[in-house]
Amino acid sequence: MEWETVIGLEVHAQLKTRSKIFSVSPTAYGAAPNTQANVVDAAFPGVLPVLNAEVVRMAARFGLAIGATVHKRSVFARKNYFYPDLPKGYQISQYEHPIVERGRLVITTPAGEKTIGITRAHLEEDAGKSLHEDMDGFTGIDLNRAGTPLLEIVSEPDMRSAAEAVAYLKTLHTLVRYLDICDGNMQEGSFRCDANVSVRPLGEARFGTRAELKNINSFRFVERAIDYEVRRQIALLSSGGQVRQETRLYDSARDETRSMRSKEEANDYRYFPDPDLPSLVLTEAFLAEVRDAMPELPDAKRARFSAQYGLSAYDAGVLTASRELAQYYEDVLAAAGGEPKLAANWVTGELAARLNEDGLDIVDSRVKAPALAGLLRRIADGTVSGKAAKDVFEAMWAGEGDADAVIAARGLRQISDDSAIEEVVRQVIAANPKQLAQYRAGEEKVFTFFVGQTMKASRGKANPAKVNEILKRLLAP
Amino acid sequence: MTLTITKIAEDLAAGRCSSRELVDDALARIKTHAALNAFITLDEDAARRDAQAADRARRAGGAGILAGVPIAHKDIFCTAGVKTTCASRMLAEFVPPYDATVVRKMKAAGCVMVGKTNMDEFAMGSSNETSHFGPVRNPWDHKRVPGGSSGGSAAAVAARLVPAATGTDTGGSIRQPAALCGITGLKPSYGRVSRYGLIAFASSLDQAGPMAATAEDCAHLLAAMAGFDERDATSLDAPVPDYAAELGKDLKGLRIGVVAEHFAKGVEPKVAEVVREALREYERQGARLVDVSLPNSAHAVPCYYVLAPAEASSNLARYDGVRYGYRAPEYQDLEDMYKKTRSQGFGSEVKRRIMVGTYALSAGYYDAYYVKALKLRRLIADDFARAFEQCDILAGPVSPSTAFALGAKNTDPVSMYLNDIFTIPVNLAGLPALSLPAGFADGLPVGLQLIGRYLDEACLLNAAHRFQQATDWHARVPAGI
Amino acid sequence: MTYGLAALDAKDIEKVAHLARLGLSGPEREAYAQDLSRILDLVSHMNAVATDGVVPMTHPDAAGLRLRGDKVEQEIDRDQLMAVAPQARDGLYLVPRVIE
Repeated sequence: MEWETVIGLEVHAQLKTRSKIFSVSPTAYGAAPNTQANVVDAAFPGVLPVLNAEVVRMAARFGLAIGATVHKRSVFARKNYFYPDLPKGYQISQYEHPIVERGRLVITTPAGEKTIGITRAHLEEDAGKSLHEDMDGFTGIDLNRAGTPLLEIVSEPDMRSAAEAVAYLKTLHTLVRYLDICDGNMQEGSFRCDANVSVRPLGEARFGTRAELKNINSFRFVERAIDYEVRRQIALLSSGGQVRQETRLYDSARDETRSMRSKEEANDYRYFPDPDLPSLVLTEAFLAEVRDAMPELPDAKRARFSAQYGLSAYDAGVLTASRELAQYYEDVLAAAGGEPKLAANWVTGELAARLNEDGLDIVDSRVKAPALAGLLRRIADGTVSGKAAKDVFEAMWAGEGDADAVIAARGLRQISDDSAIEEVVRQVIAANPKQLAQYRAGEEKVFTFFVGQTMKASRGKANPAKVNEILKRLLAP
Repeated sequence: MTLTITKIAEDLAAGRCSSRELVDDALARIKTHAALNAFITLDEDAARRDAQAADRARRAGGAGILAGVPIAHKDIFCTAGVKTTCASRMLAEFVPPYDATVVRKMKAAGCVMVGKTNMDEFAMGSSNETSHFGPVRNPWDHKRVPGGSSGGSAAAVAARLVPAATGTDTGGSIRQPAALCGITGLKPSYGRVSRYGLIAFASSLDQAGPMAATAEDCAHLLAAMAGFDERDATSLDAPVPDYAAELGKDLKGLRIGVVAEHFAKGVEPKVAEVVREALREYERQGARLVDVSLPNSAHAVPCYYVLAPAEASSNLARYDGVRYGYRAPEYQDLEDMYKKTRSQGFGSEVKRRIMVGTYALSAGYYDAYYVKALKLRRLIADDFARAFEQCDILAGPVSPSTAFALGAKNTDPVSMYLNDIFTIPVNLAGLPALSLPAGFADGLPVGLQLIGRYLDEACLLNAAHRFQQATDWHARVPAGI
Repeated sequence: MTYGLAALDAKDIEKVAHLARLGLSGPEREAYAQDLSRILDLVSHMNAVATDGVVPMTHPDAAGLRLRGDKVEQEIDRDQLMAVAPQARDGLYLVPRVIE
């Protein structure tokens, strides 16, 4: 039998605010335990939540960017359950009335473009962290993360393969970073994904029973976890078994998913509107303000790069993969005064390779945009050869100074003076009579030998175009 | 002796007494009347120190009317460095590292806190019998309850231990004890006073307010307590009037709505008669009585006993023995720790309400109980809006009876709940209301309730003040005081 | 007259008590079953009122949500925050081990 996979994703994007969603504590990652929690985060008696205006702005920006309805009225509810890292005994989350509903995201797959529906996006607070390792039989509770603002983005079950799920996630990941509402750091848990996965016989209209895969913290693992789960479900159904609706945890070390709870406790969360927080009401003026401040989105930027800079679709795609990279590229152009194709080659080539090698992000590049522009200008005006430029770049990366300084210090200035090059060429020809005879006898491939010898004799500094031109002239019988 | 803030301020200004003397006197009186059990915690050293600081500040000039005045806070308000128990074993040793906004504001106005008053546990009760620290006794008759939940504050003011105290009112917890103890108490409009640091019972109903001998004193106190607070998302961003300056306007033409349902059966005839006599006084002053009806207020008690426990069941989930407060000494595992901690830390009425609220919110019952109650709440609020088309304030008894005997109702939760039948609708609608002494029935105080339009505390305070200019019920004190 | 939402038995009470994490003894369960049934009986009087089409009221009408600016304040240090903790070590609150 042929099977069809059905996937819906729930993404928790941590919003990039300075303070928490309902308290003035900082949200920075990695502080010592409980140093970023105050009496509100620890739910002391009598304290109250006050909503951070910035999270509302960010949620609205996201909603508008995905063409969704941003509701003028939304409601915070309490989700009641006991857990030691949930200090209030309830999580404040939007339930019946989320701020964002009915949006869409267009993804690109090998088969072409596909639109994925986004059911809703709602605001909520994160819980604290429970530490079970090395605690002598205790669980330790760290509330630094408690109250961190999250936007939970729930897709429709519109994806039909793990590859589509990854494409959706990557597109969403790019978008939230473009919107500057989430740093997208998956290792630190700023962008987390749960996947609802089911299979059904191809052609069947009804959905199969789904399993919820939790805790998938990289794009690679999303693909693997879904692939594993799909195989598991198909094997189960093919052998006459049934899929249980349950939560499963992906174990990346073993590359498998496994059931999270032996006894699935029936939860009754007793949601009700939070009496500390009346309805959140947005005005038309506020939404207009958010709309006006909307940054250029990935699709628009990619199209503009192709049209304005004459870049290939591929280069435009690579350069707009992140807002920061696109910004770097345009900064280079501004400083270099043009050269869009040369700049594209360098940013996607040499620079990207070096960043990748050193595990650095574009914003941490050791060669800043104006410095790279300085090098490109020297390539364009013939001061250095393309080959020597690579050495210059390496030196710049190593901190030896700007392009001009490296060129001067290393004597890499290209020789373009005709008489100087002619002098060298004459010496090379004189020293190689045998090869000269071969060339003149019609063995044209000997020409490259002379180019190589000339470049060697000039220690790589001779302008290759000129070398070619002069060699051709002097070798001629 | 009538110890009022107005009088104290005059004496302090004239140098006839010092704040230090007032505080020493208050502390001595609290000890003399220890049998009332009005206080849970005294903060003697700090009170004396603060009083001396107030005296020094006064000599330096610029002291406000509340500067150096001894007050007490209901033990539901968090006080930095001073034990805040909410009359519960759960918080019996809890010392908060922060002040409630009300505490901070009153401190800023110069009030000197002498201690924290007894109350019903987590403000759940109408008789002060649910306190972990034992019941408070009514100064008018020690065998009777002072009302609740702000019973300690009411008794302390009635026995003139302090000139003023703070209270909180979720379903009548300021007005009912004020009535039963013969003092003046005001529940402001929802949002008028910050709830930050006020230990939550039912967040959409809770409101803090002043309790004192006179309406004039309440006016001064409310002016100090009220105002916007960025730590409370429900606090109202509106200017605070100078309530005291608005006192004294005559009442000619004031339309007082007499609520028919508040004189129906169930009200003790003698209580009803005292209240009617008080209304005649208003007529003498030129006010006009108008008959009004609040037909849905009959359903206010059921409505309240869904909404308040529902909110409370969630508000009290934070008491889990993890970050502060009581933790059971022995337990098997986490689940057992939660259950033992909470069943040992909470008293029986608190547990009863947590159970009711949990049930009302649980799957399958949410619409039948919780949503139904929210709809009734709307109908009850609409009744008030209609009534205020015909009148400026509403009047009636605060409570259907005078102070009842200790132990008389605490075995039957339902009969206890019905005590708040006239006060609860006001909280559901979020309106301001005040209780003032209207006379006596069989030697026990009777309270008159005045209910105002949203944010119209000034009108209530003026109406109460004018009544107190013409009567002396508010100046009567229990025997032995 | 009652409008009968069913009376509670000890089993219902046990379920509710578990949701609320309250440990009740047998006699307590009995007592609460009676109390709650009486309270629910009182509460069931709400059903006498027709409320079709009425908009639920969660807050007094004048209450609107006030927001705050995205500003960080360090109000309290860890030692102060955790001074009242029943059990803590190395800056962590301690609870009996949670089995996942």
